[in-house]
Amino acid sequence: MSKARVAIIGAGIVGASIARVLSRYENLEVHLIEMEVDVGWGVSKANTAILHAGYDDDPNLYPNRAKYCVRGNYLWRKWTKQLQIRASWNGSLVLSFSEEDEEELYNLLERGERNGVKGLRIIEKDEIQKLEKNASPSATLALWAPTAGQISPFEAVTALVENAVENGVILHLETKVLDIVEDGTRVTKLVTNNGEIEVDWVINATGLYADYIAELVGGSEFKITPRRGEYFLFDSTAEPKVSRILFPAPKPKSKGVVVTTTVDGNLMIGPNATDLPEEEKENKETTQEGLEEVWINASKLVKSLPSKSKVIKTFAGLRPEPTGGDFIIKPHDSLLGFINVAGMRSPGLTSAPAVAYEIPKMLLHLGARLVLKKNWNPTRKRIIRFSEVSNRRKNKLIAMNPLYGNIVCQCEMVTEAEVVEAIRRGARTIEGVKLRTRAGMGRCQGAFCRAKIAMILSRELKIKPWQVRVKGAGSEIGVGDLFSLLHE
Amino acid sequence: MYTYDLIVIGGGASGIAAAIKAKELGVKKVALVDEKSYLGGVLPQCIHSGFGLVYFKEDLTGPEFTEKLVQKAKKLSFDVYSDTFVFKIIYRDYFEKLVYAVSKHGIKKLKTKTIVYSAGCRERSIYEIGVVGSRPSGIFTAGEAQTLMDIYGIMPGKNIVIVGSGDVGLIMARRFALQGANVKAVIEIMPYPGGLTRNIVQCLNDFNIPLLLSHSVLRVIGKDRIEEVEVCKVDESKKCIEDSIFRIKCDTLIISAGLVPRVELLEDLGISIDPLTKSAVVNDRLETSLPGIFVAGNALVVNDLVDYAVEQGEVAAQGASEFVFNNGISAAQWKKIKLNGNIRFFVPQLISGERDVIMYGRVISPEEKVKLEINEIKKEISFFRVRPSEMIRLRLNKDELSSVKTKSLTFSISKRSE
Amino acid sequence: MSNKRKVVKLTCIVCPIGCEIEVIAENGNIISISGNKCPNGEKYAKEEVFHPKRLAFTVLRCKNGTMPTVAVKTSKPVSKFLIPSIMKYLSNVEVSAPLNVGDVVVQNILDSGADVVVTRSVDLLECNS
Repeated sequence: MSKARVAIIGAGIVGASIARVLSRYENLEVHLIEMEVDVGWGVSKANTAILHAGYDDDPNLYPNRAKYCVRGNYLWRKWTKQLQIRASWNGSLVLSFSEEDEEELYNLLERGERNGVKGLRIIEKDEIQKLEKNASPSATLALWAPTAGQISPFEAVTALVENAVENGVILHLETKVLDIVEDGTRVTKLVTNNGEIEVDWVINATGLYADYIAELVGGSEFKITPRRGEYFLFDSTAEPKVSRILFPAPKPKSKGVVVTTTVDGNLMIGPNATDLPEEEKENKETTQEGLEEVWINASKLVKSLPSKSKVIKTFAGLRPEPTGGDFIIKPHDSLLGFINVAGMRSPGLTSAPAVAYEIPKMLLHLGARLVLKKNWNPTRKRIIRFSEVSNRRKNKLIAMNPLYGNIVCQCEMVTEAEVVEAIRRGARTIEGVKLRTRAGMGRCQGAFCRAKIAMILSRELKIKPWQVRVKGAGSEIGVGDLFSLLHE
Repeated sequence: MYTYDLIVIGGGASGIAAAIKAKELGVKKVALVDEKSYLGGVLPQCIHSGFGLVYFKEDLTGPEFTEKLVQKAKKLSFDVYSDTFVFKIIYRDYFEKLVYAVSKHGIKKLKTKTIVYSAGCRERSIYEIGVVGSRPSGIFTAGEAQTLMDIYGIMPGKNIVIVGSGDVGLIMARRFALQGANVKAVIEIMPYPGGLTRNIVQCLNDFNIPLLLSHSVLRVIGKDRIEEVEVCKVDESKKCIEDSIFRIKCDTLIISAGLVPRVELLEDLGISIDPLTKSAVVNDRLETSLPGIFVAGNALVVNDLVDYAVEQGEVAAQGASEFVFNNGISAAQWKKIKLNGNIRFFVPQLISGERDVIMYGRVISPEEKVKLEINEIKKEISFFRVRPSEMIRLRLNKDELSSVKTKSLTFSISKRSE
Repeated sequence: MSNKRKVVKLTCIVCPIGCEIEVIAENGNIISISGNKCPNGEKYAKEEVFHPKRLAFTVLRCKNGTMPTVAVKTSKPVSKFLIPSIMKYLSNVEVSAPLNVGDVVVQNILDSGADVVVTRSVDLLECNS
């Protein structure tokens, strides 16, 4: 049986979800193409990490967002279990502080019910305090959405890609699509910096770059503008935390600054929303003003925030804001074989699984034949976290592999065995190790462990220590050996 | 399960000194637990001289200081657990603490009467000093750069900007210059240098490295590797002066913006913390609010001389031995140290008045012709000058303290009347 | 030589106290030294005015050791103007473990009269077969 070749461009949460879904078919040869050295380093890496309940999106204005969010929220429950992705389904509270806000809560309630969100309720002060003891006492009412949750988006992307690759998907890293060749009626080939890939189908899941990629096949009708959001992340010991996700009443541009506790147990506040020019697709700079705005707005939602001295990191992420505001999930108007999955702004993370299931439907509709695999593996095991297991299990792990007895990252208690496993699973950089294992994510932010991790990467990848990259191309940890400048 | 009289956590200078002292005082079962494969903490990577003038009466490099200390330790018998990381301490009761540690041999559960906690300090990160902008590679803390260079032999960059003029920053400026890098500036937010004068001379002046006082790094620019930093002049309240912003091109930014004691394991136990030192409140034997748990070295207070760290290790060991032999540290009444005027902190915070005590403190700002007064004992010490970078160390002896009947002792630093 | 009086202000670097020393010299002869708290300061000031010297420190590449580098220093202070050449010279030196504190790795480096000696021991790396 000849296989149809599908190229998914972009290994973020959307591309990875599609790759997993398409890996179920016997007669597809799926290529997942990523320009960065690792998966999930674009929009997926820095965001609020929330699995939204689905009450925010007006089905008249944004039908795709409204439809896929609720479905995605439901699907994540299964996917996180199959793939051992950590998630906490702790629910969200939208707080009101004025009559205007209260009106908005009722709008959200009504909208949520239309979208099919389960369990929504407007609750009063005492119940707010019961659900979240750190919620601001000035909150008059709240919309309680028990189905909202929290996930680790990077872990989700790596899990999806590992599972897809296990099921036969071919991953191309550091591969940038330079051109898309067509024969007049349909796409035939991708031209990349790493050679050409013959294709029958192309799925454009390139986040912030979706307009540029669409442009390659002519006349994109949409633009993607980066909307920057800045965040504070607190030390895991910083108190008080929150046990629910706290939102203010939403504004037209965004859901506002959120106060939440990540799946790793760090309090996080953010984002603000700054629209950047379309070409600033890499501008992840934090600003003095932006961070101040986040702090002030977050303070309003809670009784108190931890002291600023407990902040271990500030960062910014970009959301891909499409023309029109709704997800763009459709085949190209005239060119056969090219499908856009673009503008996956919030709730893109939540919606990803639901959107992914849309692709085989679309392929069938466009005339593809799809045959399910008999031996598709739906599961993936996560890297064992030494710090999370019992002492008895710790001893067993060390007996099995003494590298578990070598603590590399002291703040997060990450072992050499976990670092080696992360490398085995595809980490090629210090950032890749960090995102897979949490090494370097604690209060010292890697000052104690980066050098050790560099030496392990050097050993495992058989490269010189100074050639180890921190992040992408050009981010080598050194410029040469210690004596290199004296030889110049 | 192994049972000890004393477990020292952290094998840096103060930890080794504590173990040695405890053995010399006759404590029987002593263990030293350290996470590295070699002892000495951060000293082996401090390859410059200036260590040990007080303790060994010799000017030694960091690794030589360690070697001497280790040789001294080898003559005594105590257990050393290297490559062993302590991840939990449990305070069972007055006489029993449990220490959980992990190594290639598995999880160790060690029982002990006393603990000297000397796990050192950590460096503040770029996030803690409020620098905004992007987060490319090429940003290191000073100690991390030192590890890369002088342990692993990696050259981190060519064009260097250093934030902070504390001793670590100054020493790294020289280290980079010696290896052929172009150190473009050392940037200090305060109007005076943070490090010792001798280091300004031999680390900056010798290499014509500019020191920009009253300047602050605002923002990092660069995608994969740092390309530039945005710097401005600051006024007396450390606010950026308008129109003073400029950029310095660099491929490496070294953060040397202060050190913080690492006492998370003790915080988990609920010991009292002094917000001024960000470490434990201790008595004159450096015992924390939990009986039998002592803190020493940079985990107690960030020292500027290794000799002080060693001295604290010895005081803590003295305390541990008293605890073992006398079932506790005696004091009829703990007198609180109160601070007044130009003082950032003094440790210990509690003194008995029944024995000699060595006090360590720092001032808030530099001042000339000042006096330190302790009214309750009618003590007055004159200083020609005081600087935040130079620790004040003074010994108060039993005799002068014995007459004090008050519940507190007030330390104040003020201008001397001419 | 001009009959010039030279006043040089120095910060002593012998120990961390950092005394401010004033040296008055005339015709290349030292007239007075003041401000030092110990005799080492006087010795330092004399040298610093006419022949400034420093100890040199670095690490060398080290083969077969438990660490990839070995720390070294000059056995005594050398002219501060010679240090860049010493660094350059040492950048081409590679040594082998085991090495002990005090071992001489380069004798009389660049005719300075100082040896380069090991300050941090390195054990031989045991290869597990």
